[in-house]
Amino acid sequence: MYEVIAFYIFSILTVGMFGIVVMSKNALYAMSALAGGMIFISGFFFILDAEFLGVVQIVVYSGAIMALYAFGMMFFDTTRDVSEKMRSKKIAYTLSTLSAILIVVILCMPLVSENIQASYPAIENVGNVQMVGLILFTKYLVPFELAAIMLLVAMISGIVLASKRMDEHLAIEEDDLEDIKELR
Amino acid sequence: MITLTHYLILTALLFAVGLVGVMRRTNLLMLFFSTEILLNAVNIGFVAVSHYYGDFTGQLFAFFIIAVAASEVAVGLGLLILWYKRNGSVDLNSLQMMKG
Repeated sequence: MYEVIAFYIFSILTVGMFGIVVMSKNALYAMSALAGGMIFISGFFFILDAEFLGVVQIVVYSGAIMALYAFGMMFFDTTRDVSEKMRSKKIAYTLSTLSAILIVVILCMPLVSENIQASYPAIENVGNVQMVGLILFTKYLVPFELAAIMLLVAMISGIVLASKRMDEHLAIEEDDLEDIKELR
Repeated sequence: MITLTHYLILTALLFAVGLVGVMRRTNLLMLFFSTEILLNAVNIGFVAVSHYYGDFTGQLFAFFIIAVAASEVAVGLGLLILWYKRNGSVDLNSLQMMKG
């Protein structure tokens, strides 16, 4: 019973929050709504007995990714409204058709895959976090290591891209220094 | 009782919301937000399938998707800051150099 109530509350809140993200003209409102929606999505993970992913969702998405967006927004002019101009209707119609087909395929998937077999079924008396660790460090060890390398590459590229000539933009120019001296 | 179909409908709904965002936004930062919505919608679907079929592969796939999203944001935001420094705008129309 509580599961049903929680599911519907979280569904309405998530769809509403993401609706704000998509429709809002203010970039700061969109970012705050996105952070809220991420936290509500972690609620679904807790309902579905995936505690590990729920915690990872809060820590990585609401913590790291939203902090990164907030940091990036310091560089942009966020007080100005976001300008929206739809130019080509053809692309929008094509994408709408493709997404409609995709949604039908998604919803038909459980019907065509009745005889599906669990390749890594849950073991009795083993918690979710323990089970994730068991599978992650045995069957998925190589993808895990590759993900680590990918994150390292992403970190280095982020530092290099964002910090290149940053001192020029943040430091006071020589002319400004002379102006300050003249003022004194 | 909540079944797998409920979760898949929710996934489809959130994915559609994200696609609407991708289609109607022209600001690059807003496009990034929409891609985050798409990735999250797919994550819900994976975890729901994983729960209802008793298989942990879905949860691990969602885990790797989160890792990909994190690195995508790091690289994408770096490029976006670089572009903003050069052009003073993160609008998609400012990226249109060849006027195709």
